[in-house]
Amino acid sequence: MSILVDKNTRVITHGLTGKAGAFHSAQCLEYGTKVVGGVVPGKGGQKSEHGLPVFDTVAAAINETGANCSLIFVPPPFAADSAMEAAAAGIKVIVLITEGVPTLDMVKATKFIKDCGAKLIGPNCPGVITPGEAKIGIMPGYIHKPVDGKGKAVGIISRSGTLTYEAVWQCTQRNISQTTCVGIGGDPVKGLNYIELLTMFEADPATDAIIMIGEIGGTDEENAAAFIKANVKKPVISFIAGRTAPPGKRMGHAGAIISGGQGTADSKIAALNAAGIHVAESPADIGAATARALGLA
Amino acid sequence: MNVHEYQARQLLLQAGAPVPKFEVIDSADGVKQAIKAIGGGKLVVKAQVHAGGRGKAGYVILSDNADEIEKNVKRMFAEPMVSYQTGPAGVKVQKVLLAPAVDIDKEYYVGMVIDRAKGCPVIMVSKEGGVEIEEVNARNPEAIIKEWIHPHLGVQPYQMRRLCDALGLTGDHAKQATKVIGALAKIFLEKDCSLAEINPMVLTKANGHPAEIQAIDAKFNFDDNATFRHPDVTAMFDAAEENPAEMRAKEHNLSYIALDGNIGCLVNGAGLAMATMDIIKLHGGSPANFLDVGGSVTKDGAVEAFKIILSDEKVKGVLVNIFGGIAKCDVIADALIHAAKEIGFKVPVVVRLEGTNVEKARAMLKEANLSALTAADDLTDAAKKVCAAV
Repeated sequence: MSILVDKNTRVITHGLTGKAGAFHSAQCLEYGTKVVGGVVPGKGGQKSEHGLPVFDTVAAAINETGANCSLIFVPPPFAADSAMEAAAAGIKVIVLITEGVPTLDMVKATKFIKDCGAKLIGPNCPGVITPGEAKIGIMPGYIHKPVDGKGKAVGIISRSGTLTYEAVWQCTQRNISQTTCVGIGGDPVKGLNYIELLTMFEADPATDAIIMIGEIGGTDEENAAAFIKANVKKPVISFIAGRTAPPGKRMGHAGAIISGGQGTADSKIAALNAAGIHVAESPADIGAATARALGLA
Repeated sequence: MNVHEYQARQLLLQAGAPVPKFEVIDSADGVKQAIKAIGGGKLVVKAQVHAGGRGKAGYVILSDNADEIEKNVKRMFAEPMVSYQTGPAGVKVQKVLLAPAVDIDKEYYVGMVIDRAKGCPVIMVSKEGGVEIEEVNARNPEAIIKEWIHPHLGVQPYQMRRLCDALGLTGDHAKQATKVIGALAKIFLEKDCSLAEINPMVLTKANGHPAEIQAIDAKFNFDDNATFRHPDVTAMFDAAEENPAEMRAKEHNLSYIALDGNIGCLVNGAGLAMATMDIIKLHGGSPANFLDVGGSVTKDGAVEAFKIILSDEKVKGVLVNIFGGIAKCDVIADALIHAAKEIGFKVPVVVRLEGTNVEKARAMLKEANLSALTAADDLTDAAKKVCAAV
């Protein structure tokens, strides 16, 4: 089992003919993802370098290909509009990779997409992968271990890209599979957040434990901690990046900033500890902490 | 992106808020003219720098004596301002603002930020103006009244009435406050702010009686992701206020922040870059910087990153931590070899590589046989080795 996406998910890439869109769609296809076409306004009727049909609009792409998932590589000024087009056309899972989308664009778009009944992942994220079934994003596929029905499996939720790869790799090396890994992105206003995904993983029978990777900025981890205490029975393992980050400075991600005394790593770690969550001290110990929580070590 | 106080006052004025008269000068020569333009009387004189601690440093003064004002303005332009936020070298003052010192009856706080949890902007007001809002929030959170702004509808008139009511303002004062709060919200929403603040908004006093509402001190931060559509905002950018190494990194699409420690970090990904700083601290070291080279890093970009790190004289060792995904380990290895040739490594460099093309990268580094380089087996090993080396 998995959440959000699986081997039947049919993906269209917005920006399929651009450099990033073309490269990563090729990587997704190679992994086995059903990428069925692309949307590039003005290039409808053409074929991409992958031999996939290109459409002017999402509605046309759905009509012709039966797509139900959008993977968006559109440049920042047009990214929110592209995501709203997908939601309006009836796409239910929208993965917005683009970094640098204006926050107020996301304020408008997240509300609209929610009202359409669609799920948005991102922006400024690596995407989502169900190992062995579908890779819809920019993460390296080979570090993941698909569920094989033998060992234990975790679901991963993270605000960071490479730190997720780190956690995945540490799990894979310990023979722990991943059901689904979701990069929710490093922006202040985004689509799916910890709580929605914790709910999905809690309900997913294949997921034995959940890894939640956070970082400084905002209060999402504190809110998630309270939710976990009340609603999640599966073990949750966490790591929070940015204990050494100075206040008032944006640490790469638009959302990674301690402002007005809020959003410190210490506050998040304290809330997670209070909720009985295993917080790894070091980013090198996420795999080991997961193994312990699963009774494997 | 931050702007100066005088720019914030200009923005408010353009948006229709009542702002007291003010003059901005860029040399002490303009003082007399400025005092005359304001009409004399008691003035507040403020150096225009982003760093806090101006008052304590003597860069905000209150005076009704023209000679005294001139003497102080000359000093402000001549001597860099040193405060707890500037470091020992201080910052050079480029501009000074002069404004009439208003007689204050009451002070209020008005602010607007993005509520990240709710995913929409929120306007906050408080009767406890003139002090840091964080302080009010810690001491008496009920004193802050909030109105959340609907993502598609914007600010509604009833919300303005509620905010004025919460501040105890009626009649003309409520009308004036509506102008101030309205101007703040207009700037926030139209110019893509991440923070907008008027602190204080004041009720002035004339002849011992409450007179009118005015916006006194204002602060705006703009969303860096949205400045592309606001050339007027970009024009207010003051490069003199930025750290030169951080500016240089930005030009090369690198995300770099200078810190106080002695271990330079070169990492791909913001989260991993923060985690690398954390693991250095965990093993007793201290990071000299945050540096995310990004996913689409080229050899030249990575060489530039080494140059920036090594230009910091505090750096006594470097930790390279790459988890190759989109960024490929061999690109980083190639950059390491080139950087060693071009600039030379005078300090130990510990390298931890994992992920895409790692075998190729390891082979390249082995063949290059760089004496300053130490390979690490994993993240913990890397952190231990670099901490031991400095």
